[in-house]
Amino acid sequence: MSLDLIERRPPTTEVEERGETETMFVTLTVAKQLCGVPVLSVRDVLGEQTITRIPLAPVEIAGSLNLRGRIVTAVDLRRRLRLPPAPPGSPRMSVVTEQGGELYALLVDQVREVMSLRSSQFEQTPPTLPGDWAAYSDGIYRLASGLLVVLDVGRLLALAPDR
Amino acid sequence: MDDLLADFLTETNESLADLDLALVKLERAPDDAQTLSLIFRGVHTVKGTCGFLGLSRLERVAHAAENVLGKLRDRVFPVTGDVITTVLAAIDRIKEIVNGIAATGSEPAGDDAPLIAALNLIADGKAAPAAATAAAQEPEPTPPPAAAEPAPEPVSAAPPPPSPAPREAAPAEHVEATPAGEPVGAAQTIRVAVDVLEDLMTLVSELVLTRNQLMQLARQQENSGFTVPLQRLSQITSDLQEGVMKTRMQPIGNAWNKLPRLVRDLARDLNKKIELTMIGADTELDRQVLELIKDPLTHMVRNSGDHGLETPAERRAAGKSETGRITLKAFHEGGHIIIEIADDGRGLPVDKIRAKAVSKGLATEAELATMSEAQILRFIFRPGFSTAAAVTSVSGRGVGMDVVKTNIEKIGGAIELTSRLGLGSTFTIKIPLTLAIASALIVQAGGERFAIPQLSVVELVRASVGDTENGAAKEEGQSRIERINNTPVLRLRNRLLPLVNLRELLELSPAEATTSAEPTADENPACYIVVTQVGNVTCGIIVDAVFDTEEIVVKPVAPILRHVTMFSGNTILGDGSVIMILDPNGLARATNIAGGDARGSDVGSGRKLTAHISQSGERTALLIFRAGGTEPKAVPLGLVARLENIPRDKMETSAGTPVTQYRGKLMPLVPLSGSIDMERESHPVLVFSDVDRGLGRDRAMGLVVDEIVDVAEDFLRVELSGDRAGLLGTAVIDGHATDVIDTVYWLRQAFQDWFASAAGDAPTARVLVVEDSDFFRHLVVPALSAAGYDVSAANDAAQALRMREAGVKFDAIVSDIEMPDMNGLDFVRRVRAEGPWADLPIIALSGHSQPHEIEAGRQAGFTDYVQKFERDSLLASLQQCLAERRQASLAH
Repeated sequence: MSLDLIERRPPTTEVEERGETETMFVTLTVAKQLCGVPVLSVRDVLGEQTITRIPLAPVEIAGSLNLRGRIVTAVDLRRRLRLPPAPPGSPRMSVVTEQGGELYALLVDQVREVMSLRSSQFEQTPPTLPGDWAAYSDGIYRLASGLLVVLDVGRLLALAPDR
Repeated sequence: MDDLLADFLTETNESLADLDLALVKLERAPDDAQTLSLIFRGVHTVKGTCGFLGLSRLERVAHAAENVLGKLRDRVFPVTGDVITTVLAAIDRIKEIVNGIAATGSEPAGDDAPLIAALNLIADGKAAPAAATAAAQEPEPTPPPAAAEPAPEPVSAAPPPPSPAPREAAPAEHVEATPAGEPVGAAQTIRVAVDVLEDLMTLVSELVLTRNQLMQLARQQENSGFTVPLQRLSQITSDLQEGVMKTRMQPIGNAWNKLPRLVRDLARDLNKKIELTMIGADTELDRQVLELIKDPLTHMVRNSGDHGLETPAERRAAGKSETGRITLKAFHEGGHIIIEIADDGRGLPVDKIRAKAVSKGLATEAELATMSEAQILRFIFRPGFSTAAAVTSVSGRGVGMDVVKTNIEKIGGAIELTSRLGLGSTFTIKIPLTLAIASALIVQAGGERFAIPQLSVVELVRASVGDTENGAAKEEGQSRIERINNTPVLRLRNRLLPLVNLRELLELSPAEATTSAEPTADENPACYIVVTQVGNVTCGIIVDAVFDTEEIVVKPVAPILRHVTMFSGNTILGDGSVIMILDPNGLARATNIAGGDARGSDVGSGRKLTAHISQSGERTALLIFRAGGTEPKAVPLGLVARLENIPRDKMETSAGTPVTQYRGKLMPLVPLSGSIDMERESHPVLVFSDVDRGLGRDRAMGLVVDEIVDVAEDFLRVELSGDRAGLLGTAVIDGHATDVIDTVYWLRQAFQDWFASAAGDAPTARVLVVEDSDFFRHLVVPALSAAGYDVSAANDAAQALRMREAGVKFDAIVSDIEMPDMNGLDFVRRVRAEGPWADLPIIALSGHSQPHEIEAGRQAGFTDYVQKFERDSLLASLQQCLAERRQASLAH
């Protein structure tokens, strides 16, 4: 797989014309839904972390954590997608991505394996998807085990500065 | 000139090395226009600088070389090996001369004529490569092979080198300035890119953090083998930190060196005589900080010269010397740099500033009246504020002082200002030595830790929260948090300090706080107050606990959090956890303290009257005021929500009643003296509010008085119960007979339905009032005590039951129905169930009067049911209940 294909946004019809291409995703679950984040946008995968709450911050921001001396802002994906909060005591994992030189951790329920997905499995986001999912989804992959929602990290992290 | 020469040598040596490389590159790629112009610029710079320094020999060589390069650049003739060789020869000659200067401080003697001639020949297009090469190889001793050539000057494309004669004098000065034998060479200094230093600083900062982490770990393990090496590491880290800091340090004089010229020009433009004195120019500070304060300083000096100092004539008239003096002073003080800009001019015109503030709509006359002079002076830091009557070319455009203040605050500094009319003004800037590492105090609120920059922390105060049951708070010498309505204030050395509760401000819920082991400020009788000062604004931050101070590296918060202005950054602590750094400026802004608005806090202070038990035999804080007469009047301070000064133009009339817009609502105004004197600019107003959470009610009324006199603490014993409407009676307060006003009466003037009232009398009996609303409790207690009862109060049922456990005896109980936690019905059931109070008369107070509700009350065990707040009915009911009880006890 060549680098320029990976750096692309998830395949478009234009790519399909050229034939099958594969994109690698880090797969994760949030409220039992399988999601994917392009592997190259992921800097780290973390287990349970100590997170410092940030008062007055938007609700989606779970707090900040220390990743090897760098301060990472943690965004709770459940809250971002307006999903019910995780049952208390359940372990959370984080996917660390970089955006504009800053590190952000997406708090998810579980991080799964890295998958290579073919463009033939790709579909545009169905318009009927509820608002929050539609806004942060880049498309859907049809997998044998179910559907995988591609998350748009950029839009997920574009939190409005006003509350 | 010494430094200048040294700088020049360093710079020239660098660019010469580059030139060598570039020329060689050019020879290989003759068409490389970029390299060519690079070379041209390099030589041009050398020429320009040495002309400025009076290095004539160097200049002539460089000039000739530049001519050739100029032609090359313009493609007059092609780049050939010969041409390059000649230019290289010129570069070598320049190096030679530069080395000579480095060794002796002046240009070495030598004849450059052949080389220059060769260069000029090339420039003229008459290439004489052989001659040039010869000249290059054997520079000085060789007689010019091209001597036969005509003198270069007339044919030279560029003007000939200037006559050396006048320039020769200049290098002689260098010789004098340089100690003999000591080379001025570049060996002592190397030029390092600022980026490298910045990176180094960041790394050292991280190292300091890691060191702190290690130290913290080591502290937990005693007798660890790591202790000694760690201490060494710590020491070395500190030294390294200091060393790296030094590389960034520059004397403040660097920021000042343009000022003498500026002041001179200023003096000439304005026809003033100004003398600039600079003290402490060698005080060093971080270059980053230096860059940031350069412009503010320049601006302020300009302001001092323009606005501050008078013309010679005015100065003479004022009995001062004609020459005005501006003094710049810099010195270190405890990790900060203090810079003072003082002038001995006219001082800031407080009256003009006041007038300007009003005309700009920044404050009303009434607000200004309550402000101190220092607060008024600070208006000059507001955007768009300029008191200069005329806009001069120098200043008065109204952009400036606010920018100065913003810039200084941006780097964690503060600016203060003192001014004495006719004597001058002084601006004092306090800035941190460096921005990279700061010392911070770690505090806790609501279970979370926060860092407060040490720079703004003035002191720590341990204080107690109001009255407590065990009386611990009454210990002498311990500060006590008092409350006006629910706003906490602290009496600190005879000053009233506005307080902010960090937990409330940051919306940290107490529920989450209680899950942590730390008690919170409300539950804990003692808490800490971090007194911070930003500029002239002092404010206390209530925190739950105070930990250590730590050195922190301030890191900016993520962009998505920038809007939370309460934080200036975040950092990683020694234990590896992330912590938010509080911005005292932001805190002050969030609470309106910084607005210079001192209403309410200057006027008076109140005891925390949400007291658990406040017996009428206890001292009560009373607000003394005058209205409609000279005799003092009083009202229990606990009843007064706030004191306001409402200006005349804010008073409006609605349905024949004076009202004002207050906190987004219309508030009726009731004049105590019967009418509002509209001649007055403003009136003091006592704001009463009635917030009953049980009923979801929130309303306010303002009682207009003439003058607020004082706050006194005394036994409230209303002795004379006259029939005068609106007065409860007279009490001796502070040795004066004082009319205690009947708040009930006045509140009813504003809201007919607020409650009804009348006086009554009853035999002395002990009555317990259980009521959660502060407001009604403070109404009932004085009303009953005026009626002759010995009244105690409890603010909830649990409190009352504890009193029962403590064996307190009463003759009757008056209880609210709607109360949080345990309502009146449950309370009365508990009382009836057991204990010494089981057969006491209990009167219910309620806003509800539906028959089924009254029935429910009776079934629960209430003796009587009274509308809230019908004082007549309550007094009558009490009287009746007590009479029945007396008869019953007689019968037994």
